[in-house]
Amino acid sequence: MKCSNCGEREGVVSLTQIIEGDVRTVSLCAKCAEEKGIETGVGVAETPLGGFLAALQESADPDAPLTAALEARCDGCGATLRDFRESGRVGCAECYHSFDAPLRELLRRLHGSTHHTGQRYTGVAALPVLAPPATLRELRDQLRRAIEAEQFELAAELRDRLRESE
Amino acid sequence: MIDLSLLPDGGMSWLEASGPGSHMVVSTRVRLARNLQRHRFTTRNEPAERDAILGEVERAASETRGLGRAVRFRVDRLDTLDRQLLLERHLISRELAATDPSLRVRAGSGLLVQDQASVMVNEEDHLRLQALRSGFALDAAWDLVAALDSELGQRLGFAFHPEFGYLTSCPTNVGTGLRASVLVHLPGLVLTKEINKILQALSQVGLTFRGLYGEGSEVVGNLFQLSNQTTLGKSEQELLDQLSKLVRQVMEHEERSRQILLRDATAILEDKVWRAYGLLRYARTLSFEETMNLLSGVRLGVGLGLIPNVALYTLNKLLVFTQSAHLAAAQGRALADDEVPIRRAAYVRRILEEEVGRSPPNPGAPTT
Repeated sequence: MKCSNCGEREGVVSLTQIIEGDVRTVSLCAKCAEEKGIETGVGVAETPLGGFLAALQESADPDAPLTAALEARCDGCGATLRDFRESGRVGCAECYHSFDAPLRELLRRLHGSTHHTGQRYTGVAALPVLAPPATLRELRDQLRRAIEAEQFELAAELRDRLRESE
Repeated sequence: MIDLSLLPDGGMSWLEASGPGSHMVVSTRVRLARNLQRHRFTTRNEPAERDAILGEVERAASETRGLGRAVRFRVDRLDTLDRQLLLERHLISRELAATDPSLRVRAGSGLLVQDQASVMVNEEDHLRLQALRSGFALDAAWDLVAALDSELGQRLGFAFHPEFGYLTSCPTNVGTGLRASVLVHLPGLVLTKEINKILQALSQVGLTFRGLYGEGSEVVGNLFQLSNQTTLGKSEQELLDQLSKLVRQVMEHEERSRQILLRDATAILEDKVWRAYGLLRYARTLSFEETMNLLSGVRLGVGLGLIPNVALYTLNKLLVFTQSAHLAAAQGRALADDEVPIRRAAYVRRILEEEVGRSPPNPGAPTT
C-alpha cells in the first residue's frame, strides 16, 4: 500500500486513528511517519542503537571509535554493527556475544531488562547426563570466546558469574 | 492449487467459536521464536543453508508427537494464490507469504501443520512455533506450543544465552521469544468512543494492538489483536497472566459499553445491527472492508441477543472465506479484480440463506 500522506513511497507503518468513533487505519512511509513523530517498527530497533552510537561518538576522539565500532565483525557470521543498524536484524546467535555491550543496552531499552527469567533451555536431550549443566558449559564457552575476542570487561563479568555458579 | 482439506480439521478449529468468551474473543494465538545455534539467522544465510535448516526441522519434527503427523508445505514452491490462502487462514505470516508483487518468496521457507499447532520455518527466525485456539484460551494455546518447544528443543540445538534467554533475529523478541495475542471484537468501545483511551492505557502497561493479520496490518471490523509488547525480563507465565488479566479488563469495559448502548440507544443499536444483517443478506457486491464492518455489526447483534439464530461459527467462517484467495479457491481459479466483490456478496448471501434455512431469524420480533 502506498503512503497515505505523500502517496509516493511504500507504506511501512500502519497508523490507526479513531475519529468520531470510526476506526481508520492509514499507511505511512518511513519518512512521513518520522515527520509525524511516529516510530516505525525498524525505528524502534534503530533508535536505541543510534543513541548508543551517538554516545560513542561523543567520547574523546570523535570519528575513530565510531567507525571502529561500526565496522567490527561478528566472529560467527561476519556481520557488522552497521549491518545491524541498517537491517534491524541480528546475523547469528554469536552476534549477541560479539556485540554484547550495544545489544545489552538495546535489550535494556526495549524490554526494561536484560535478564531472562523464563524457561531455561537445557539443550538437546541426547547429551549424556554426566555433562555439566548447560548454563555452566555455556558460560565457559562464552568466557573463552570473550578472551579470544579481547572483550576483557565481558570476560571479567563472565568469570565472576562462573565463580558464583560453581 | 493446494488442497487444504488435507489438514485434519482444515486448520480451522479455531473458528469453531467453542472456546471460552467466544461472544467477544474470536481466537487466541501463542507463538515462540526459536533459532538453531549452529546456523546463521535468516537475514545472513543463503538458500542452501535454509534448505539444510528446513531439512533438520522436518527430521526432528517427524520424531515428535506434536508434529509427527504434520502436513508439510514447501511455501517457496507454492504459487501466490496458495500462499495467500495460507495467510488468510492465519497459518503463515505476511513475511513468509510474500504475496506483494514487489517481494520474492524466500527460498527454503516451509510450514508444518498438525491440528492446532504449526511451525513456520525460515521466517524471520528459523522456527516460529504457534498454536491457535478458538475463543479466549491462553493457557490451552500455551500448553500446546510449550509441549512442541520441549519436543523440538530436545532434538534441535536452540540458540540460548544464559542471561538473555532465547536469541532471535530481532532483539524485540529476545528472552522468552513469546508473543501471545488475543483477537477480540470491540464494537462497543468503538461506538462509545472509549477505544482510544483503552488502547492508550494498554500501551502504557506493555501491551500492543494490531489488526487481523498481525504486525503492520490494519484494524478491520473492530477486531483488535491484543498482545504482549516485551518478551524479556518476565517469565512466560507472567507474560501470559498479565495479558490475560488485561484482556479480561478490556472485555469488562466492552461489556459495560454494550450494556450502555443497549440501555441508552436501543433503537439506534437495533437499527444498526439489522441494517448490517440486511446488507449482508441482500447486497450484490461487497468489498472486504465493508464485509468486515457489516459482520462486526451482526456479531454485536448476536452477542447482545438482538439477532437470534445466527451462529458465531458462521460469522467466524465468513471472516475467513470472504477473503479473496478463499473466494478464488472456491471457484477453482484466479478471479479478476472486479469479480471478487460480486463473488463475495454471492457467497455471503448463500451462507446466510443456509443459516435461515436451518432456523429462521425473525426480523419483526420486538426485542424490547
